[in-house]
Amino acid sequence: MATDLKQLSAALQDAFGGQIVNLDDSLGELTLMVRAQDMQAVLTRLRDDSRFDFEQLIDLCGVDYSTYGSDVSEGGAYFSDDASAPCVLRPYRFAAVYHLLSISNNLRLRVRVFAEDDAMPILPSVIEIWPCANWYEREAFDLYGIIFTSHPDLRRLLTDYGFIGNPFRKDFPLSGHVEMRYDAEQKRVIYQPVSIEPREVTPRIVREDSYGGMK
Amino acid sequence: MAEIKNYTMNFGPQHPAAHGVLRLVLELDGEVIQRADPHIGLLHRATEKLAEHKTFLQSVPYMDRLDYVSMMSNEHAYVMAIEKLLGIEVPERAEYIRVMFDEITRILNHLLWLGAHGLDLGAQTMLFYTFREREALMDAYEAVSGARMHAAYYRPGGVYRDLPDSMPQYQASKIHNAKAVKRMNENRTGSLLDYLEDFANNFPDRVDEYETLLTDNRIWKQRTVGIGILSPERAKALGMTGPMLRGSGVVWDLRKHQPYSVYDKLDFDIPVGVEGDCYDRYLVRVEEMRQSNRIIKQCIAWLRDHPGAVMSENHKVAPPAREGMKQNMEELIHHFKLFTEGMHVPPGEAYAAVEHPKGEFGIYIVSDGANKPYRLKIRAPGYPHLAALDEMARGHMLADVVAIIGTQDIVFGEIDR
Repeated sequence: MATDLKQLSAALQDAFGGQIVNLDDSLGELTLMVRAQDMQAVLTRLRDDSRFDFEQLIDLCGVDYSTYGSDVSEGGAYFSDDASAPCVLRPYRFAAVYHLLSISNNLRLRVRVFAEDDAMPILPSVIEIWPCANWYEREAFDLYGIIFTSHPDLRRLLTDYGFIGNPFRKDFPLSGHVEMRYDAEQKRVIYQPVSIEPREVTPRIVREDSYGGMK
Repeated sequence: MAEIKNYTMNFGPQHPAAHGVLRLVLELDGEVIQRADPHIGLLHRATEKLAEHKTFLQSVPYMDRLDYVSMMSNEHAYVMAIEKLLGIEVPERAEYIRVMFDEITRILNHLLWLGAHGLDLGAQTMLFYTFREREALMDAYEAVSGARMHAAYYRPGGVYRDLPDSMPQYQASKIHNAKAVKRMNENRTGSLLDYLEDFANNFPDRVDEYETLLTDNRIWKQRTVGIGILSPERAKALGMTGPMLRGSGVVWDLRKHQPYSVYDKLDFDIPVGVEGDCYDRYLVRVEEMRQSNRIIKQCIAWLRDHPGAVMSENHKVAPPAREGMKQNMEELIHHFKLFTEGMHVPPGEAYAAVEHPKGEFGIYIVSDGANKPYRLKIRAPGYPHLAALDEMARGHMLADVVAIIGTQDIVFGEIDR
């Protein structure tokens, strides 16, 4: 039974060894990276092995890494420059991040899994391991278009009925594509292309590492 | 015999017991729930996407509008995540002020929950009683931040300003004559701390009043005992946190087990339930109000004895004082850069969670070193709770769905985000 992050880290190395892509300990948080093909076995063991006992999935979210480190926040080019180019820690565009909590061991762990196809991100569902993954996976599917295989009910959750697109992807504009209004002539609510211009009040700026004496 | 078919019914999104904009598609066999399918997202504002386009400071007010009945708790998780990434220290006085307002917020939230839950189940008086105390606490919010609800009071590095030395006074009007106004101003003659101390001294009696109305009330027990039972194992598997988890008898409170801020220096108890039904969760929340009151008293005593700074001195994160800004070029530049470009947060990722009145409220920030978060994920406690509604409501009567929605303490600001 692991009681602190050092022990947990050693136990993870011991249990998964070659399946670990990366194990990072920073800011008092442990982040485990595994490949999509291994994730179900790893996560099941994280729940069942008494050394880990991660009985709760606290959070699951999608992340789109396509403009990471880039200077633009709207319409940023996909993997356009060196800063956002694929590397070991960001090999693909979409990832799902799982935050696990072990109540019995009082430990937390973050697991990140990248979907290996940028055009059609697919990951296995963890609904069999933690039933609360149901809505979290629907949300990630809705907002990022990540498809979770063997999910029993993968419908949109947060966006409007009949919505088109995945709004949290970095290439989806903040103002969206359509707006809704009541049309007096047709006497119904209609959709039309957005009439507002995108604007950015504060530009996105990435400074060099030592800027302003920060670490 | 006639063929009996299940009946599908639409509940909400404009139903008063839906606590906001919940649309619930219910499949009924007679009056018994066979399946409940919540449709959410009617209040979806894409807060997380908006935050990607705003500087770190500009997103603080958005946090108030997530769970709009526990405003400052949301802010606390957000500023904690930023502080973790920045690696900055917060003055101790600011931590105590935050904890005090976290607990005020917990009482505010539980009062609204108690009033609304009572109203849903036929105890209408509760709402009038609880809103009386909510009003007093909102005055404290207003005195400290200028806003009754959406305070934007916590900032990365501390809190916006120190506690005020005087409380605003009521003025005589057509409705209240001078004598009445004098009585209303009695507890407002001193500082905010005096005002809160007066409140904290009286509040346990108020909670006793609520309990005389509900705890042994036969109708209340008929509506809540044995309804929506969750076993500890199921509660964990379904991602329950906060009173929903403690109501099932799991001793888990982030304030005790993963203490943040100054909770490790304060004395309080964690109530837990036994059966895991709506009644136990009611008892847990009522006791939590008493414990919050205890914490507030300890914070008041500490804050009286320890004056000092409430904001970090690091001007890359916190603005310099006005006077300094007008005499010193460097501070003027700091101020200008902070409010135009915003602070730069080092690359990395952090998850910070607080024991929010409803459960674990977490903020996950991915930063790439820019002046805006690269990705912000809000872990709302109500989200997995509502997702479990289907399982909790199955086999119960239609009227019990209202009790279960009430006991989950659903607020759509945080669920839809």
